[in-house]
Amino acid sequence: MTGLLHRVAEADRPPIRLSVDGREITALAGDTLLTALLVAGARLRDSEFGDGTRAGFCLMGACQDCWVWTEAGARLRACSTPAEPGMRILTGAAPWP
Amino acid sequence: MAVTGDGVIVVGAGPAGIRAAERLVAAGIRPTVVEESARDGGQIYRRQPEGFRRPPEALYGADSAKARALHEAAQALHPRVDWRPGTLVWAIRDGTLLVNRAGQHEALPFRHLILATGATDRIMPLPGWTLPGVTSLGGAQIALKAQGCVIGREPVFLGTGPLLYLVAWQYLKAGVAVRGVLDTSAFAKRVLAAPWLAARPGLLARGLAYTAALRRAGVRIATNITPLEVEGEDRVAALRWRDAAGVEHRAACDGIGMGYGLRPETQLADLAGCAFAFDGGARLWLPVTDGDGRSSVPCVYLAGDGAQIRGADAAELAGRLAACAALRDSGRAVDELEMATLRRRLAGMTRFRRGLERAFPYPAHLAADLPDETLVCRCEAITAGALRQAGGEYGAAEVNRAKAFSRTGMGRCQGRMCGPAAAEVLAAARGIPMAQAGRLRGAAPVKPLPLATEAAP
Repeated sequence: MTGLLHRVAEADRPPIRLSVDGREITALAGDTLLTALLVAGARLRDSEFGDGTRAGFCLMGACQDCWVWTEAGARLRACSTPAEPGMRILTGAAPWP
Repeated sequence: MAVTGDGVIVVGAGPAGIRAAERLVAAGIRPTVVEESARDGGQIYRRQPEGFRRPPEALYGADSAKARALHEAAQALHPRVDWRPGTLVWAIRDGTLLVNRAGQHEALPFRHLILATGATDRIMPLPGWTLPGVTSLGGAQIALKAQGCVIGREPVFLGTGPLLYLVAWQYLKAGVAVRGVLDTSAFAKRVLAAPWLAARPGLLARGLAYTAALRRAGVRIATNITPLEVEGEDRVAALRWRDAAGVEHRAACDGIGMGYGLRPETQLADLAGCAFAFDGGARLWLPVTDGDGRSSVPCVYLAGDGAQIRGADAAELAGRLAACAALRDSGRAVDELEMATLRRRLAGMTRFRRGLERAFPYPAHLAADLPDETLVCRCEAITAGALRQAGGEYGAAEVNRAKAFSRTGMGRCQGRMCGPAAAEVLAAARGIPMAQAGRLRGAAPVKPLPLATEAAP
């Protein structure tokens, strides 16, 4: 499946690797997590209320609809978090300890 | 806790905040500048990350000189202010800002506070708007500007206002096949608003040029439309809409950017105790200011789109003017001519703003016809029907009561996305004027805090 976002510029940055739901993806240095995940796929999280998947909306830190989680349980706002090599990200609902 | 430095804090490092800080520095003050993002510039002049290479001309088009000047001004300020990027102000209490930077908590007392908190897109929900692939108009622009990405190879842009045409044009220029620009405002309103819009002929001409370029490229532009539904299973597949003649259309697309003008970020002004008044032209509750940016609370000043939507040029002037007011109120000499000049230039921009409100009004009328199952609040998945039930069966006469009954606006975005529309839905359901539906009160923390927050060492 193709991603939601498509690169049209600045595509010559160095590649970085991170893991999303246990699968390796390649992003570019300088990507936000939102960009990294949505170039590779079409979802960031599930609504807690069963109305389907979400993939952010405002992209400027206001709507809080792009939350993802690290495998260690930290919550990240994908639109304002830089993607870093080696990050291990979970999409979907919040992990329950 | 003692006030550190000069006790002057500017919140927000967009056009208003940067110019405010610059004016304070010119008066010999070292203000603290708190900015939630990692970099200064704000949203319109949002900077791309380090390592990106496009020149300002490619990012900001006709505004590149202004963007460059603002960024240079901000850069020059860094050593002369207490610069705190990546820092969220999450509460204001007893003359103190409570801030959080990467999970570290700190309290910053202030003597004078200038809030330049900016704005986000103003939304009118429609069925399916939570599907992946639908972003705010501002979000569609940020994807391009700050990340070199587009939200679709065949996107549709929906809403109203100058940003609708600007973003569509920017996407066209990026080589994207724009599948439609669908505007809820009737073209005739633009003609009627011309006397106000003529206050800024350059901007008016630029808007017309974008529209002409889109038409030349064969992009479908429709005005006075009614949005019906975003279709798709796990992602956007199409937008259904109705034209002015009542004919339904279906535009296949892989992305939708939507927005109906802007709404100010007023949560911090609210927590500071500032009085608000209903602005009939904008159909929004706005914090009350005198012409110079003084709020109803002594020593709290408001500037830029966070106070009143007038755009980036006005924000630069308003930031400087608010700083002048703060300086004067603290007993420093400020040349009256400087303030008078700023006020005069702002007056023309206010007039233009009134023109935009007439030309591209928020489509309040759509609220009454939203199907009951439409999600209004995307945080808590609350439907228009639940909101109507709160206003009807449960007798909620204004939005805070409706919030208590339905949870609309109680979610993690605090009504930033749904607030204006929720008030319209409630007002329509109860048959009351929008002003009577009230405004959602702000609450701390104004944005969710990191799960583990510690006091700074």
